[in-house]
Amino acid sequence: MILTDEQRALLEGEKGEVMAKVVKTLVMYGETFGAQRMVPVTSQYGHTVISFGLGVMKPIYDLYDTLLGGDLPKGQRFTADPRPLDDKVPASFLENLVFKKFMYNQQARYEAQLEKLGVTGDDGYTCTCYMPQVGNTPQRGEVLSWAESSAVVYANSVLGARCNRNSGIIEIMGSIAGFVPEFGLLTDEGRKATWVIDVRCKDRPEPQLLGSAIGMKVMEDVPYIRGMEQWLGTELTDGAKDYLKDFGAATASNGAVGLYHIEHLTPEAVEMGESLIAEGARTWVVDDETLENVRKNYPVIWKDPAAAPKLCFVGCPHMSLKQLQDWTDAVEAGLEKNGRQQVAVPTVFTAPTAVIRAFEKTPYAARLAKTGVVVSYICPLMYMNNPLCKSKAVITSSNKLRTYTSAKYYTEADILDIITGKEGAR
Amino acid sequence: MRTFKGRAVVPGACTAEALVSREGFNTLASYQMALMFGDKKVKCGDQNNQDLYKKPMAGKALCLPMTIGSTTGGMVLYAACAMGRQPACMLFSKHIDSLAASGAILGDVWTDVGMPVVDQLGDEFLQYVQTGMTITVAEDGTVTVQ
Repeated sequence: MILTDEQRALLEGEKGEVMAKVVKTLVMYGETFGAQRMVPVTSQYGHTVISFGLGVMKPIYDLYDTLLGGDLPKGQRFTADPRPLDDKVPASFLENLVFKKFMYNQQARYEAQLEKLGVTGDDGYTCTCYMPQVGNTPQRGEVLSWAESSAVVYANSVLGARCNRNSGIIEIMGSIAGFVPEFGLLTDEGRKATWVIDVRCKDRPEPQLLGSAIGMKVMEDVPYIRGMEQWLGTELTDGAKDYLKDFGAATASNGAVGLYHIEHLTPEAVEMGESLIAEGARTWVVDDETLENVRKNYPVIWKDPAAAPKLCFVGCPHMSLKQLQDWTDAVEAGLEKNGRQQVAVPTVFTAPTAVIRAFEKTPYAARLAKTGVVVSYICPLMYMNNPLCKSKAVITSSNKLRTYTSAKYYTEADILDIITGKEGAR
Repeated sequence: MRTFKGRAVVPGACTAEALVSREGFNTLASYQMALMFGDKKVKCGDQNNQDLYKKPMAGKALCLPMTIGSTTGGMVLYAACAMGRQPACMLFSKHIDSLAASGAILGDVWTDVGMPVVDQLGDEFLQYVQTGMTITVAEDGTVTVQ
């Protein structure tokens, strides 16, 4: 890799041993992928995937202490994934004990470290940092040093920014250095599609299932997806963005997709059309049967697979304002239809703090509260990262949450039926 | 016995028993419970991985196509290295992905642990190797399977 004089000096220790190791890490990372040079990080903010102070992950926080003690230059400010704890979310005495005394006993230490490193503040803790209320919305073409698979795939695909699927820790090092190695999704060539996906479903496919199916098929490749216009249109409306948020998260958790193009919709597909498809790209057809097979093959690892649901999470990744409002309408209508006042299963909708604040300024907030649904900024994945949850029948409409935890996946329509107490729904 | 030649991403030598995942290896899903609750054998927690679910990973020669899933992946591998719970080596049939590369490099630069990582061993490598076989890795990325 060809480094500038300034970068080489950093590597040789001009700004100390810690900075030299940061640059060495970035150089090795780039060289592994044949990067020829470093390019400046041009977005206003970074985003880190690590938001949790887990007791057993102490080596991570020790490494952050090393970084903070290394007299490093003030790096880029950044947002972070959601916090793992919120007292509003239902938890038993034992769970609370496990969460606070054993699991997340490094939380205060880690948040103090993040503050010193430059986290933007309380509103900055969300996996959907790109939402307008949060304000970390990169512009097209900007180079990012982000991690969080769902945010990276959204930034690349929907916003047209440029970011590799960086790992936690590496993204902070890019923000500190102010440069990242140029390879993969930072290059025009790396953004070309090597798969063409023809979607031939009768009705609008569930975003979580379609994303899951495509992720498992293409793994880390870039898909160019046709056939979605009839459901998503040709404008990036709020509804289309919400669909793509949830779809992208599933491609990134069941596969390793960092960028997808949707014909006639996402910015690069609109501008460049099929010239984005690489020579020799493979084609795959997705239909309703494909998606049903994907859904049927999801394992259920509850201790009692027939258990009645005890808790429901919607919002992994975090929900938008429109989603909170749409779900409020749907829950109210479902409860009315089923002759109930409140949800039949304790239910938590998760969203960014700034979105919750905006939601609370609308009449929807009081209406949703009346149904018994709790709104929280928590990371449901972090909440469920404990063995007690295995014996707890948690349901979700998030394929990402299903992938990483014992939560059981249902389509959004099924979730609505279950939480509003439709007879026979489970 | 067969020999395969790959690229040494993190050079090193070791001999260990093979543990083979023929599908993408989800690092977070595989490691999170084991690391969080101090499982010394590091049993794989990824319910979606039929090859590895509930099998011990510590000290094995982990053979895989690539890693998938959360971008905490590299951090998780780094943590495994820092806690001494890493595989003996990681052997990729394909080009290493950005998350696994990050974990391997963080482990190499920021810890004293030596975990050889070799990629581009080819599809044939993953077809040939079976869980339980003995793997020997050489500094130059040569992998012997027997």
